Amino acid sequence: MVSVIPTAPVTNTVAIKPERKNLAEVIVVTSGKGGVGKTTTSASLACGLARHGKKVVVIDFDVGLRNLDLIMGCERRVVYDFVNVINNECNLRQALIKDKRFDNLFVLAASQTRDKDALTKEGVEKILNDLGDDGFEYIVCDSPAGIEKGAFLAMYFADRAVVVVNPEVSSVRDSDRILGLLSSKTRRAERGERVKEHLLLTRYSPKRVESGDMLSIKDVQEILGLDVVGVIPEAPEVLQSSNSGEPVILDMNSQAGQAYDDAVARLLGEKRPLRFTTVEKKGFFAKLFGG
Amino acid sequence: MGLFDFLRAKPKHTASIAKERLRIIVAQERTARGTPDYLPMLRRELLEVIRKYVNVDFEAVKVDLIKEGDHDVLDISVSLPDKGQLNAMPAAG
Repeated sequence: MVSVIPTAPVTNTVAIKPERKNLAEVIVVTSGKGGVGKTTTSASLACGLARHGKKVVVIDFDVGLRNLDLIMGCERRVVYDFVNVINNECNLRQALIKDKRFDNLFVLAASQTRDKDALTKEGVEKILNDLGDDGFEYIVCDSPAGIEKGAFLAMYFADRAVVVVNPEVSSVRDSDRILGLLSSKTRRAERGERVKEHLLLTRYSPKRVESGDMLSIKDVQEILGLDVVGVIPEAPEVLQSSNSGEPVILDMNSQAGQAYDDAVARLLGEKRPLRFTTVEKKGFFAKLFGG
Repeated sequence: MGLFDFLRAKPKHTASIAKERLRIIVAQERTARGTPDYLPMLRRELLEVIRKYVNVDFEAVKVDLIKEGDHDVLDISVSLPDKGQLNAMPAAG
């Protein structure tokens, strides 16, 4: 007897899917080196884009070392994660954590599994497509450090890359390695297109640059051959913000918050001059007493 | 900045050293990009074989992939040490 049960494989549905109208822009925040501020930057860019009224989701690709939830301040509300969605253990909407500050901002947490193969290219692609179908305008992918699978998948579907760099030799070198991968190991590269790359300098200390102790913006730009989308000064508020789970961009009294706000505006096409990149001139008494 | 700053050691301008070192290493790594992964390994193994017979430096062996029209040419060059050093070599074993 001939079976009449329809058993069409799920993958076949991709071909007959109607053309999507709303294609979300995928931005990867990457660096190669760890500890340079990728997650801090992802959280602030996502909040900044949301503050501009964009519908945004920020995804933690650091499987096994989830941290974006802490920086975003939603760690106690994580029920389902990225890998649960990929494995169909929940649907996408169940896994999206709505931000408490912005109605149009969502977080997708990384899984804490130790299985390095939990993320698959097909799984990630499906989620990104579904997010686009759901009307998201920006998908911010917080890449893990290194050049392993998680970092590869975070950048693979990117339209743009924000390369986070500290003005320091190992960070600059690793960033150049990442630039090499962005121009060869991404979907855009495979299609003969380019990922639009932006340089974001963090932990910048104008004082140390002036005294000749730190690479300047121009130095890093020259070595990497990239345009600067933002320069975040070394500031105490960055640590305070992560302590309290409030992305630093929300602290508009801090220089770091304002610098991130500028970076977001530039990503959206606005022209803004760099701020906090030169030593602030102190008055006579401040100079005398080291204030 | 305080009154007694002059007592501190004069800072060295290390940023320019960093920039120069980065310029060189980044340029070097960019040229290595896109070449097959096996080249460094091939070079290391060649060096080991050559060293059995001739005492050459690590830098003496160059392995490059050169594009010639539509095919690639593996270009291997080994510069041998001059006579004086050659005689001081242990017997090949």
